[in-house]
Parts: sequence; structure tokens; C-alpha cells
Amino acid sequence: MIRFDNVSKRYETGYEALSRVSFDIARGEMVFLTGHSGAGKSTLLKLIMHMEKSSQGQVLVNAQNLNRLKASQVPYFRRNVGVVFQNHQLLFDRSVFDNVALPLQIAGNHHAEVARRVRAALAKVGLLGKEQSNPIMLSGGEQQRVGIARAVVNKPALLLADEPTGNLDPVLSAEIMDLFQQFNQVGVTVLIASHDLALVDRLQKRVLTLGEGRLIHDGQLETRLGNVDA
Amino acid sequence: MSTPKAAPRTRRSSKKDGASQSKTLRRDRFQAWFVHHQITAVESLLRLLSTPLQSIMTWLVVAIALVLPATLYVGLDNAQQMGAGVENTGKMSVFINRKARDSAIQGLSKRLLSKPEVARVRLISPSEALAEFQLRSGFGSIIEHLDSNPLPTVLLVEPMLENADTGTLAQLQKNILKEAIVEDVSIDLQWVERLNYILVLAQRLVMALALLLVLGVLLVVGNTIRLAIEGRRDEILVVKLVGGTNAFVRRPFLYAGLWYGLGGGVLAALILSAGLAWLAGPIGHLADLYQSEFRLRGLDWNSSVSLILGAGLVGLSGAWLAVGRHLGQIEPK
Repeated sequence: MIRFDNVSKRYETGYEALSRVSFDIARGEMVFLTGHSGAGKSTLLKLIMHMEKSSQGQVLVNAQNLNRLKASQVPYFRRNVGVVFQNHQLLFDRSVFDNVALPLQIAGNHHAEVARRVRAALAKVGLLGKEQSNPIMLSGGEQQRVGIARAVVNKPALLLADEPTGNLDPVLSAEIMDLFQQFNQVGVTVLIASHDLALVDRLQKRVLTLGEGRLIHDGQLETRLGNVDA
Repeated sequence: MSTPKAAPRTRRSSKKDGASQSKTLRRDRFQAWFVHHQITAVESLLRLLSTPLQSIMTWLVVAIALVLPATLYVGLDNAQQMGAGVENTGKMSVFINRKARDSAIQGLSKRLLSKPEVARVRLISPSEALAEFQLRSGFGSIIEHLDSNPLPTVLLVEPMLENADTGTLAQLQKNILKEAIVEDVSIDLQWVERLNYILVLAQRLVMALALLLVLGVLLVVGNTIRLAIEGRRDEILVVKLVGGTNAFVRRPFLYAGLWYGLGGGVLAALILSAGLAWLAGPIGHLADLYQSEFRLRGLDWNSSVSLILGAGLVGLSGAWLAVGRHLGQIEPK
């Protein structure tokens, strides 16, 4: 589903955010991406979203080489990738319903279809009663769930999350992770960037660890701890 | 909707079924696209109306910039209407020496009529001329106090229309002037021609002014749209992140530009009509005093519609400029 082949990302300032990173994530996998802040997690996610272009190496998502993606194809590519942001990126000038409906409207879905799928997505994240609320009225955990509903409403094959539990207490964080697991169980490939190692440890999934732009570990968490200690 | 159509195709070949399915999908997409246009159009109008003060200001600026050239255009149109009232036939007035005998005048009249380039000759005697002058000039009462008739006999010479080019007329005028009893020959054409040249000049000036003001409207709308784009930066970022095409992002701003233009155009047409209605009374009276049938002609239906649609087009173009320049700079980072 995602393939990084010797990928480096150097910014114009000369700062190298990623250097020679290679890994493969199979369809239907659930993978965590960890590392200290500034280790390159966000840059890696941005490369997958095609918000940044790699300076070197190939990024393949869903068998599509992003280096060869034309500007006009980018929107259509992004419709197949759901993204959950730490700061939610919700729009406070419209209701929860309209926030979640946005990707469907953009994709040109029929009115009735939009309503049906938005309600299904909101039901999935447990916010069915809040459709007409303004997201600003919701708690942080609820806002994050609106963000998740928006990310999955299009039924993307790939779900990315950048520190989705960054601002949440442990109970809410666990709930959010449960949601991601549920999506993974129905076949969605999930990649979550998180520095909440306790949470990551509990889920026993594959973990990619970045350190100063390099991939320093790939596998289950215990091994990673061993590597870091060594 | 389209299932009954698709069903028989399925029996023939599965390939065709796929094609019809994608056709259905395309039709759905088109319908959704069309619906989105409608929704966006209404939403952008509502958005403008939700900040009434700012929108009215923009509409007024657009309207004022349009009223100026439109007023000049109407003025020109009316001047042309006045000019058109004078027949452009190259009629000549031949003024006869007052000492000339009637037989000589009759002889000249016949000679002129025999020329191939002359269509008609009409003799206006001094008394006839005086009566007409009394009737038309507005100096009737003064003339009554005159001791004798100061007006000469005039032969009104109408040339053949097909020969009424300037060269022939000038030659004819020269020939008539050679006649002994002729004092002077004047061609009506001269001042009509001059008026026409003045109107052409004025037309160009109006055009240049209109061009400048249209450019102003373009920039005003462009700047307003630029501010709107800045104000909705977050939304644009999110839309781009969840796969909105540039066209999708552009659309509400283009509609906003269109509404600014159309609203300004409607307002300009209203201001112009009100102004002309205000002027029509006094101008009518003035024309009456000059015994003229002239009446102020406002913008007709077609011109009003053109003004409004043109304004809409200018607004749309202004928005297009702003969008093209600023949307590209807003990319999720």
C-alpha cells in the first residue's frame, strides 16, 4: 500500500528531515510511526499525502508513484487517503454534518448519498446526535472524532493520522485508538504517527521509529526498546 | 432512473453494461456538478448578503464606476439622435441677390433642374421664408416689428442621392456660385459632417474612459475577492487536503465576483434611470422652448441588460484574476 524507497527530504534551508528511508506497508496493515518531535514523522506523512515532494527516492502509494503525479491528479489521489490531524482542521463556520460531508461533496456525490454516508460515519464515531452542532461547541475528544468521521466518510483505502491523541487524556486516547483498530479490521490500511509510547505498546502493532530523519527501527515495540538501549 | 435502460444492454454483452454503468455514473457526476454550481451560486450570494455593509460598498463602487461612462454613452446617443434628425442629403441653400428679377430667378431654377446631379429645386420666396422663420425660430414677435423683409429669395437645391458625395457637391456648389444673381451657396452637409466627426471623437473619449473605469472595477472586485480568499484560508486548506480540485476551490469566489458585478450593474442601471428621469423634465421644457420635438432618451431594455451582464462579466473576470493569483499560493504545508 505504501512503499518508501530510499527516500530523502531536504528543505530549501538545507535541513534534511528524512534521509534514505525505506519501508513497505502492506494493504490492510496497521502501523505506528514514532520518534521524538523533529524526527521526521510529520514530513513522512506529508510525503504520503503529497503535501511535500521527496528530494530523492520513490514514494509509492496504492501502486502510484507520487513523483510522477501531475498537479491536476493530486486532488483525486487525496480522495483515496483519509487524514486525521492533531489539531483536527475542522471548519467552525459550519455544522458537524457539513464538516463531515465536505469530502463527499467535493467528490461530487449525490445529496441523498451524502446524507446517508455522513450519518453512517457519525454513527461509527458515536456522534450521531451532534450533526447540527457547531464543532466549536464540542469537547476535544468529540472534535477529534468528527475529524475521524471526515477522514473515513469517503471510505478511503488508506487512513493516516498525525498525533491523533496528542491533546487527549488516556481514556479518550484509548477510545480513539479503538476506532482506528475497528477501521483496520474492515480492511483499511492505517498509519498513525504518535509519540505516546505507552499507548502504542498496548496495541502490539508494527512500529516504525524515526530518529533524526533515519528509520532506526521497524517491528514490534520490545525490539525497538532493545535497539534504542543498545 | 437509468436502470431500465441499462438492463437490455446487459443481455447483449457485459462490456456494454460496464460502459452504460460508467455513463450513468458520469450523468450522476454531471448532475452533482450542476447541483453544486447552483448551491455555490446561492451560497456565495448569501455570503455577500451576510456582510451587507461591505457588500453594498463594493456594489456602490462598481455602480459609480459604471454610471460615469454609461451616462456619457447616453448623452452621446442623444446627441446622435439630434444629428440624425437632420437629413443627410447634402441639400444646398442658394441665396439669391435681392435685386434679381423674378424671371432671372425662374430661369436659374430651370437651369439647375436640368442638371443631371440635381433632383429637385424648391423656390422659397422672401415672404414664405419670413413666415417659416417666424414660426420656427421663436423670434416671432421681434419680426413683427420689422419695417421690411430682410430675407432673400432662396432656392433649395436637392442633389440626386447617388451623386451626393462630397466631391460632386463641392463642384456643384462652385458652379452655382458662378451664376450672376447668386450671392452665396451653403451646404447643410458641412455642419452635419462636423457634428459627426465631433461625435466620433466624443465616442472614442467615452470608450477610453469606459475602458479605464472597467479596469477600475476589475481591480476593485479583484481586491475584494483577494480579501475574501484570505478570510477563508483555513477552509481552502482543508478543502485541498480532502481532495478538492482547484475548480472546486475557485467556484465560490468566481460566483462572488459575478454577484459583485451583477449587483453593481443593476445598481448602475437604477442610478442612471433615476438620474435621467430627474433630468428628463427640464430637458423636455428646454426643447419645447426651442420648438424642438427632442426628448431625452434613456437606456433602452437591451442596453440596460447589456450593462448589467457586462458588469457581471467584468466582476467575474476580476474574481478570476484574484483567484488565479492567490489560490495557487495557498497550499497545505
